[in-house]
Amino acid sequence: MKKPTINEPISDFVTISGYLAVKELLRNKGRFFLISLVIALITLLVLFIAALGEGLGNGNREYISKLDADLVVFQAKSDKVIASSRLGNNRIAAIRRIDGVADAGGLFTSNAAVVFFNGNEPVKIALLGIEPGKPGEPKVLQGKQFRKNLADEVILDKNTALRTKLKIGDTAIIRTTQGEKDKFFEMVVVGITDGQQYGLQPSIFIPYQTWDNIRSKSAAEIGSGNPVANVVILKLTDPKAADEVTARLIAKVDNIEVATIDESIKALPGYTAQQSTLSTQGAFTLIIGILVIGGFFQIQVLQKVSQIGVLKAIGTSTPAVAVASIIQIVLVTIVGVFIGAFLTFLLSLSFPPTVPIVFNGGTSALAVVALIIIGPLGGLVSINYAARIEPLKALGLSS
Amino acid sequence: MTSTIALETRNIIKTYQSDSGLINAVDDVSIQVRSGEFVALVGPSGSGKTTMLSILAALLKQTSGQILLDGVELSDMPESERVKIRREKIGFTFQSNNMVPFLSALENVELMLRLNNRLDKVGKLRAQELLARLGLAERMHNLPGQMSGGQQQRVAIARALIHNPSLVLADEPTASLDTERAFQVVETFANLIHEQNRAGIIVTHDLRMCEYVDRVLQMQDGKLVKEYTGKSEILEFINGTRH
Ligand SMILES: Nc1ncnc2c1ncn2[C@@H]1O[C@H](COP(=O)(O)OP(=O)(O)O)[C@@H](O)[C@H]1O
Ligand SMILES: [Mg+2]
Repeated sequence: MKKPTINEPISDFVTISGYLAVKELLRNKGRFFLISLVIALITLLVLFIAALGEGLGNGNREYISKLDADLVVFQAKSDKVIASSRLGNNRIAAIRRIDGVADAGGLFTSNAAVVFFNGNEPVKIALLGIEPGKPGEPKVLQGKQFRKNLADEVILDKNTALRTKLKIGDTAIIRTTQGEKDKFFEMVVVGITDGQQYGLQPSIFIPYQTWDNIRSKSAAEIGSGNPVANVVILKLTDPKAADEVTARLIAKVDNIEVATIDESIKALPGYTAQQSTLSTQGAFTLIIGILVIGGFFQIQVLQKVSQIGVLKAIGTSTPAVAVASIIQIVLVTIVGVFIGAFLTFLLSLSFPPTVPIVFNGGTSALAVVALIIIGPLGGLVSINYAARIEPLKALGLSS
Repeated sequence: MTSTIALETRNIIKTYQSDSGLINAVDDVSIQVRSGEFVALVGPSGSGKTTMLSILAALLKQTSGQILLDGVELSDMPESERVKIRREKIGFTFQSNNMVPFLSALENVELMLRLNNRLDKVGKLRAQELLARLGLAERMHNLPGQMSGGQQQRVAIARALIHNPSLVLADEPTASLDTERAFQVVETFANLIHEQNRAGIIVTHDLRMCEYVDRVLQMQDGKLVKEYTGKSEILEFINGTRH
């Protein structure tokens, strides 16, 4: 098959295209800079929406996503919502006996606040009871892991440490409500982990028996039996055998459901809805970007009909004219995205750590690539229009 | 020096559909123009001069007839070939909208060489000389927006000549010039056509400009009605139509 004839080496017309594109840009800096600025603002918006999605998502899933584990066992019909699942000792014991389960640890969730006697505002935290040495206990970056199931010790996640300014060896005062009364418990900070937010809160880890003693509870619950875990976190002998182990668990242990880490994250309350809302917003911003860029270049090309006509009349080929348009659009878009990314960076420096905005390299890079693609995409209509301008008509020689 | 035929047309017809039916804007025109020959195309408004020139410039396809440029038939060429012919073999100036607005006078002239991938040191010098010769030595680095219509026309003339085309076409190049300037420009144009041995065709409604051409072709209703050759015949024609 014969391709559409281009009677010149590609390099020749690209040189001409580049020359025309750059000359025109340089001689009309103001006009083109304006559209770059609009693209910069769109970039700012897209990157912030992405960062907000990342920040909120991270605040929700951070603890779960960083688990060094393979499966999470929930109570049946809990819809894989951790807070609405309860697993007692018997079932945990049964789960541990299943073939292929290397290790299992209960996760005991609750809320509490760290209070200060110096008048500082209380910091609300997720109070997470874990079994020392079992899956579910995060690794400390500083200090040491727990050794006993019952000890007045806590491990802070990085966010709690930042907000409370507590350090290893300090005493954290944890406030909960038991019956009608506020209770205050003094706990020694023994370790600090990396970020381990849970349910959009910074977290504090505590041995599960101590957790049961200090957690908020109703009057009826006080002094009643053993701690009850919400879910059990499993590490498997062979992570690839997750499906088989799941089947065995379901068959042998009554009244449970099993999820992978990914499924557990998706089931976090509001997580999926929030992420899809934000990605929809991001996508719409990109579409608006395409329309704005498309509109701008279309108006441009309408104003340049006679100029393009002259170029074609004196022998500039249509591919050369089209490539010149593409080069301009790409350059203008890249400058805009670059400025936008830089502005975003500057702005991000001014956000306090409590704002859930996280710039993730991968996500940002994806957004930047998407933004650079929207330019030429938006310009397609105008490039097509420019390519079809007839030199004779453009020169007004023939009506 | 024996000059060769650069341009030949055979029975060119261009038919347009108008409200009152079909009209032949160009009606059976056959001409020959030799290298080094400067020809004027004259005639009343609507007689088909611009249409004829556009066909010769490979910008418009005739309804029937043949055009041979340096012996090569243009009619059946696809647009991609015609574009190549336009940049290599033809130079032209339009009535208006001549220049690329974001290029300086010099860059507009050099563009013709760039398009042909032939811009080198010598080319740059020639472009400057040509502009100087057309009285634009001081204006080379001006953008079109900073030049008068007449200055732009002269840049266009330089651009039409710089790449050594076989055929140079100019549609009313003196329309926006004052009389004295117009004479000067056409004289320079004629000199360049003769010196460089191009075939030149100029469309003009100002018959006084015919003083500098070698032949006058008169059109009426799309037809070639009369031809004046030789200095005396042309002068007679100019003076004859004056009163
Ligand atoms: N695109 C067109 N469609 C229809 N009629 C046209 C078109 N272009 C020119 N004409 C007609 O062709 C005739 C010749 O026009 P033109 O070549 O512009 O004459 P001139 O340049 O001598 O004034 C006129 O009658 C004009 O109305
Ligand atoms: Mg005309």
